[in-house]
Amino acid sequence: MDQTLAPSPAAPPLAEEGELTRLHPNYTHAVRLRTTLAAIPFLLAALVAEAISGDAGLLPPGVIGGPVLLVALALIIRVPMRRYSARGYQMSADRLRVVKGLLWRSDTVVPFGRVQHIDVNQGPLERFFGIATMTLHTAGNHNASVKLPGLGEELAREMREDIRAHIRRESM
Amino acid sequence: MSEPRHTAPLSVLVGALNAIRSAIVPAIAVAFSGIGGSGRILVALGVGVAAIVIGSAISYVGWRRLTYTVGAADIRVESGILGRAARSVPYERIQDVSLEAKLLPRLLGLVAVKFETGAGAGEDISLQYLTAAEGERLRRLVRERRDEEQAAAAPTDCEAASPTAEEDEGEVLFTLPPRRLLTFGLFEFSLAVFAVLGGALQYVDNFTGINIWNVALWRDFLEERGVDWMTLDARLQALGALTGLLGLVIIGFATGIARTVTREWDFVLTRSARGFRRRRGLFTRTDVVMPVHRVQALEIGTGLLRYRFGWHGLSFVSLAQDAGDASHVVAPFARMEEIAPIVAAAGFRLPDAATHWHRASRNYLVDRIVIETAIPLLATIPAAILAPFGVALIPLGLAVLLAGANLYAWEFRRHAIDETQVYTSHGFLSPQQQVATRLKLHSVEIAQGPIARWRGYATIHLGLAGGTFAMHGVPIEEARAVRRAVLATIAATDFSRLDTPPAAEVQALSSAQSGFSSNFAAT
Repeated sequence: MDQTLAPSPAAPPLAEEGELTRLHPNYTHAVRLRTTLAAIPFLLAALVAEAISGDAGLLPPGVIGGPVLLVALALIIRVPMRRYSARGYQMSADRLRVVKGLLWRSDTVVPFGRVQHIDVNQGPLERFFGIATMTLHTAGNHNASVKLPGLGEELAREMREDIRAHIRRESM
Repeated sequence: MSEPRHTAPLSVLVGALNAIRSAIVPAIAVAFSGIGGSGRILVALGVGVAAIVIGSAISYVGWRRLTYTVGAADIRVESGILGRAARSVPYERIQDVSLEAKLLPRLLGLVAVKFETGAGAGEDISLQYLTAAEGERLRRLVRERRDEEQAAAAPTDCEAASPTAEEDEGEVLFTLPPRRLLTFGLFEFSLAVFAVLGGALQYVDNFTGINIWNVALWRDFLEERGVDWMTLDARLQALGALTGLLGLVIIGFATGIARTVTREWDFVLTRSARGFRRRRGLFTRTDVVMPVHRVQALEIGTGLLRYRFGWHGLSFVSLAQDAGDASHVVAPFARMEEIAPIVAAAGFRLPDAATHWHRASRNYLVDRIVIETAIPLLATIPAAILAPFGVALIPLGLAVLLAGANLYAWEFRRHAIDETQVYTSHGFLSPQQQVATRLKLHSVEIAQGPIARWRGYATIHLGLAGGTFAMHGVPIEEARAVRRAVLATIAATDFSRLDTPPAAEVQALSSAQSGFSSNFAAT
């Protein structure tokens, strides 16, 4: 298999057993946008609460809205970046390794010989940013589907073809 | 052979009888409630008759509309009273065919035939009901078709060429004689009957207006019969309490024995060329066949008390479900010496003296104790300051108990790996073990929480078809070594060749060992 996925030189030293390949940089943006959309209702609620308590003179202004805004900003700006650098994958001749998680780290390896079928999915946000999620399905109950989000669209298809070629070769 | 067939006509009768059974409760409810005033008995009768007529009619129409076709490549079932649903299951996807005979169908000589495909719950095809002979014939047919397909795919497979006539009575691997069943029942001590009784009393309460929890009511009842409440002295009360306790114990044992006997009556596990076959049950008799190569892993369980007497239970993990359970019980109550031959027949090896068990990381133990005792310990502080003296001892005692429980649980938290298999064990004061073949695993994950990362241990999750397999508190370096080793085995063989293990391995697996308890004692 010709490897076109050169490990990015900026990969952090979280690789214990080999260099991890980073995701597409747009992954960060996609996560940011998703978090922003999810945060809007909370920000609106905070605004309303702020207005009500301001009218009643219960709390000094900013006591509710301030913290909510701070948390939202942290979740939108800082966390996706950390998440991006925590994620990574490593594709070798016969297996795929997926690393993820900020606090709860998980490091999964799926040998291609055990892949039942492969999905490449794109949500509307992902399509906008030109990235895709590849999902490997195995027969095991744990890790029945291993997701690898944030791959470049082209790359995801290439990887799928590579894995499929491997499966076909093996089962003949 | 390939024309649509109906299920046995007698199944309509079963449906009708079931309708009668389900009509009784609402009828009684109507009779006891105030609905309809003086004519309520008539109303109750009407409700009952209506329920029976409708139930029987539905059962008849359902029978008329359900057909099954045994085709060349699949089994097709068409059903539906208003709409039409057709489902087809190809032979090669059928994991096993199980026959189940509940009490009522059994009296009529009928069985429910279920085709297990490993699909999610409720998605399997089930034919209710066929005559016992037809069920047996269908099962043999499915198996023959599957073998033909396998033989076509692998012409060198000599097993497929063996005659199919002798398959019914294989070598008997395990039985539960009544005496053993009784011992088993004693260990299944259960007070679940009180939950049922409580529910029934609640029911009585709702429908009769008698509040049985009302103490005054019972006192009045006693006084009416000339018993003076006050003269019951302390000794008599103590005697009463003792009698009650004794009754509780007797009921607990009786429930355990009754449940065990009805479930496991005449338990027979046989092994033939096709696989394992298990028959059991007093009222509901089930007959399940598992092909040997479908066994994914073993579970060897035991209980706190029965472990002390040397009793263990063996189950197989497989893709097919067994009465809602993920694994198939093949020896519910046996000595390790009896389990060993079954394990060998399944192509597995029990952990033995040569198995190199590793304990969970000591850091893992410390962290578990710290985390679990934190809440009771924190509760101790305000209790010591605010509550009267002595109250603080309760959370403190709880913390000590939790720490002790963790210490004892750590005793059995072990894992091991050898050339072909992985082992794990856990449990409080008694080991629950799992054994899986490295070859039949599907993925390996190393998971670490923030504390685990800081303290240098991890949980290994192994992807197992039909079950879960995890090793907890493994030191991180060791975890990586385990993963490397397991992955090397998995990647060497493709999924499509899993069912035909290399010959060398079969030979290595054929020597079975026993006595892992002594192995535990030695470490």
